[in-house]
Amino acid sequence: MADSDIKALTENLPPPDFENTAFTTPPPLAEATVAVVTTASLHHPDQEDFDPGDTTYRVLDGKRRDYVLGHWSPNFDDTGYAYDMNTVIPLDRLDELAERGVIGAVSDQHMAYAGNQFDLSTIKMDSGPAGAKWLRDQGVDVVLLTPV
Amino acid sequence: MSTLAHVFEAAGMSTIALGSIRKQIESTAAPRGLWCDFPLGRPLGKPGDPDFQQRVLKAAFALLDSPEPVITAFDESIPDDGEEMLACPLPPRHDPNAHPAIDEARGLRAAYDRGVEMSKGRIAAGRVVQADDIPAAIEAFIRIAEGTPWDEAGIPGLPMRVSQDVRGYYETAALAMVDHAPPAWAGIRWFLDATETGKILMAARKEMERQEAPQPMWFYLTPGDR
Repeated sequence: MADSDIKALTENLPPPDFENTAFTTPPPLAEATVAVVTTASLHHPDQEDFDPGDTTYRVLDGKRRDYVLGHWSPNFDDTGYAYDMNTVIPLDRLDELAERGVIGAVSDQHMAYAGNQFDLSTIKMDSGPAGAKWLRDQGVDVVLLTPV
Repeated sequence: MSTLAHVFEAAGMSTIALGSIRKQIESTAAPRGLWCDFPLGRPLGKPGDPDFQQRVLKAAFALLDSPEPVITAFDESIPDDGEEMLACPLPPRHDPNAHPAIDEARGLRAAYDRGVEMSKGRIAAGRVVQADDIPAAIEAFIRIAEGTPWDEAGIPGLPMRVSQDVRGYYETAALAMVDHAPPAWAGIRWFLDATETGKILMAARKEMERQEAPQPMWFYLTPGDR
């Protein structure tokens, strides 16, 4: 069993269909509010776990740091995340960058979806835009997207 | 993940997508993508290494300077040789009347509890099977391995989710015992190849396939290349 073998199982999945690549020019990083959005199905213990094929999202409170890994796939290493959450959701690192003034601020709220989806239409048309609006309403300028 | 990048950009936010699979991040045309040749599950590369993680973030945020969509590669890879296994002690036999896998799981409980405290339960049991019920879940897989029809064996939930809880139980215990960040995949190799329960899970998977259980029910009990 090797990482390269697992990657080969998924590298040819059909890509999402977008006519154009949307592109937003960011404010200066030192003035930007940054959030992490992960597709690792992270959630707080008191939130509903992700179902298979779940297209909804969970809002993650940046102050709590009690994020449970809910991803259904067995095809990734999970011990790195167990040892250090920053391997997947690098909030401690973002705090350091904010303290140094490299980024403007770290968002108080972050977000998780479930990756490894085969039907992307709901995320594209419904829960994705809803999550985007929610983050935008929190003042988020820049999103770091992390998979597992 | 790239779908979200497109949607978020359209909503007025700038995104940087970290990707572990080069073909995927290239074919999905993320508006800003940083391909990091790191093992799956470790998008920031090295657990417990803040300097390395900051290097990844620096490379990621540098993409914000591009005036147009951009995909680039991080300058360091983390290879996986496909063989390294966690060196982790297993408890000695305690109850000669118990199945070796059950005895083993019970013997790991103290380490598991320490591991939950250390990792804040990030991958622990409990999604469908609580820690107290892990031995009973393993018993169900033992019955399957011994020939009981898979849907009569008493698996306490969807097999793939139950197996994740069992794997999480073992890996959480292992992290407490080794007290360092293991190389990627070394923990799952240890679980599947070195522990009694891992061997049972592999045998149950094989038996479920032989019994012609629906493919998702057995395939996702372990990583897909097993």
